[in-house]
Amino acid sequence: MIVSERDPTMSLTALARRIRRAVLEQSKRAGVGHIGSALSIVEIISALYGQVMRVSDPDDPDRDRFILSKGHAALALYAALRARGWMDDDTLSTYCSDRSLLGTHPDYRLSGIDFSTGSLGQGLSFGAGAALAARLQHSDRRVFVLVSDAECNEGSVWESVMFAAQHQLANLVAIVDVNGQQALDHTHRVLDLSPLETRWAAFGWRTHLVNGHHLDELLHALDQPTASGAPHVVVARTVFGKGVSFMEGQVRWHYMPMDDDEYLQALREVDR
Amino acid sequence: MRRAFIRTLVDLADSDERILLLTGDLGFTVVEPFADRFPGRFFNVGVAEQNLVGLATGLSESGLLPFVYSIATFVVMRAYEFIRNGPLAHGLPVRIIGVGGGFEYSYAGVTHYGVDDIGVMRVQPGLRIIAPADHEQAASALKATWQIAEPIYYRLGKDDVNAVPGLNGRFELDRAQTLGSGDDLLVLALGSVARQAAEAVGRLAAQGVSAGLIVVDTVNPPPVDQLRRALGAVPVAMTVEAHYLIGGLGSLVSEIVAEHGLRCRVVRCGVGTMPVGRIGSDACMSAQYGLSTEGLVESALRALS
Repeated sequence: MIVSERDPTMSLTALARRIRRAVLEQSKRAGVGHIGSALSIVEIISALYGQVMRVSDPDDPDRDRFILSKGHAALALYAALRARGWMDDDTLSTYCSDRSLLGTHPDYRLSGIDFSTGSLGQGLSFGAGAALAARLQHSDRRVFVLVSDAECNEGSVWESVMFAAQHQLANLVAIVDVNGQQALDHTHRVLDLSPLETRWAAFGWRTHLVNGHHLDELLHALDQPTASGAPHVVVARTVFGKGVSFMEGQVRWHYMPMDDDEYLQALREVDR
Repeated sequence: MRRAFIRTLVDLADSDERILLLTGDLGFTVVEPFADRFPGRFFNVGVAEQNLVGLATGLSESGLLPFVYSIATFVVMRAYEFIRNGPLAHGLPVRIIGVGGGFEYSYAGVTHYGVDDIGVMRVQPGLRIIAPADHEQAASALKATWQIAEPIYYRLGKDDVNAVPGLNGRFELDRAQTLGSGDDLLVLALGSVARQAAEAVGRLAAQGVSAGLIVVDTVNPPPVDQLRRALGAVPVAMTVEAHYLIGGLGSLVSEIVAEHGLRCRVVRCGVGTMPVGRIGSDACMSAQYGLSTEGLVESALRALS
C-alpha cells in the first residue's frame, strides 16, 4: 500500500473500502461472525496501516508496534496486512480454515502480527511493556494499542492505564473503539463507562475525542508528539457494523454470520 | 533463598544490561540491592500482578530480560492467564519469581500459602519450573538457567540461613540431585521441606531403614529418565512437598510410575486439605500436615510396615 502524498485521504478511503470488502468476503466464505466489531475499526486500521505507523518491514525490531487488544476483530487487521503486501490472497483466504494461522483472533506467528490476543484486557499491558522497552532502548518507536469500549470492563486495563501514566509513556497510544456494544447488549446497559474520555483523562492520559470513521480526525489524533509527556488515548466514537445498514447498531452482528441475501446487500452497500 | 537469588541477579545484571527487575510492590529488604544498584532497571509496578506479567511480556518481546517478583500465590494465580497468554503463548523469556512455597508466610494465613502454585504451573507446556531446596541452590540454579530462551518460574523460599545437608548448592540443568541411595525406600523432596526430608532419611537409617533421597529442583521439564531409573530400583517411593497432594511432585512421580509400569508404590506426603482457619508458624503448619521430620519418619515407617 503506497499512500499518495498529494491526497492521502483519498487513498486511505480506498484502503478502508478494500478492508471493509475483505471483511465481508472472508466472513461469508468462512461462515463466521464478529463482523460488526471488525467493521467498526476499519478507518482506525486504515489510518494506522495506511499512514501513521512506521513499519518498513514487519520483522524490523525497531518498527512501531500494533496490538489489537480487541482480538476478535482480527479480520480487519488481516485485510490491512494484505493491503500492505505482507500477506497474499491465498493466505487471507485461509481465514478460519483448518491448519490456518488466521483465526478469529490474531497470532504473533503470522508475519505482521506483533502480539497474540484474544482474551480481553491483556493488550494494553503488553503495549505498556513494549513502550517502556522502547524508552529503555533509546528508540523513538511507538506502540499503538486498540481496545474496545467493553474491554474497559476488565480491571487489568486500568492497571496498565495507571502504570503508563505514572511512567509518562508518551510513546504509547491507546485507541478505544467506542462502538457502544458488547457481546450480549449495549455497553451502557451492562457497565456504563461513559464518558470514557473523562475517565482516561482522570487517570492522567492525554485524551483525543474523534469520530472513529473520519480519517482526517483519526490521522491528526494518532500522530501526536510522543517524545515526552503523558500517554495518549484516542477515544474513537464508532458505529458497530459501520457501512452495512442492517448491521449498524445491531447486537446480533457480534456473533452472527451472513446468509446469501445479506451478503449481497452488504457488498452493494460497501461498494457504493 | 530470595536474598541469595537477588544477590546473584545483581551480579548477572552487572554484565547484562537486558536484565530488569519488576516487583508487584513486594520484596521489602530483598529487592533493594538491585534497586539501589540499577535504579533505571527496577520498577515497582504497584499492587497489580496482571500488569506485572503483561509488562514483562511486552518488555521481553523487545529483547529485554525481565524478572518479575511477588509472592507465589499472587503472581501465579492472579496473573495466571497473563502468564499463559503472554510469555507462554509467545515463547518469551520472562522470569517469574514466586516467593513463599508452602507455609513460609506462616501467620499471614491461607491467602499467602504457596500450596498450589506448582500444580497450576505444571500443566502449562513450555514453562520451566525451578524450585530450589535452599539458598545455596537458589543461587546456583539462577546462574545455570538465567539465559535460557524459554519462560521460567522460580519458586523461592524465604530461608536464607539453613541449607539441605549434603546438597552443597549443587544444581544441574534438567537433572534432580541425588543425595543418597537406599534399597527400602526412595524419598523425593521438593522445595525447602527437603531439609526435613534429609533429616528423616538420617533418622530412618538409624532405625535400620535404607532410604535414598532425591531433591527434585526442576519440576518441569521433569528429569523423567533419571527418576524412572531411581523409582524402578525401590519398592516404595515417598514424595515430600509443602504443596497440595494433587498437582505437585506426588503427581509427577505417580505419572512416571504409571506411565513406565514401575512396580514401586507411591506414598505422597503433602497438604491434603485447604489450610484455612487456625494459623501457625511454618513448622507448626508443616507438622499439622505430617511434613515435620517426625511426621515424615512416621509416614515412611507406616508405608514400609
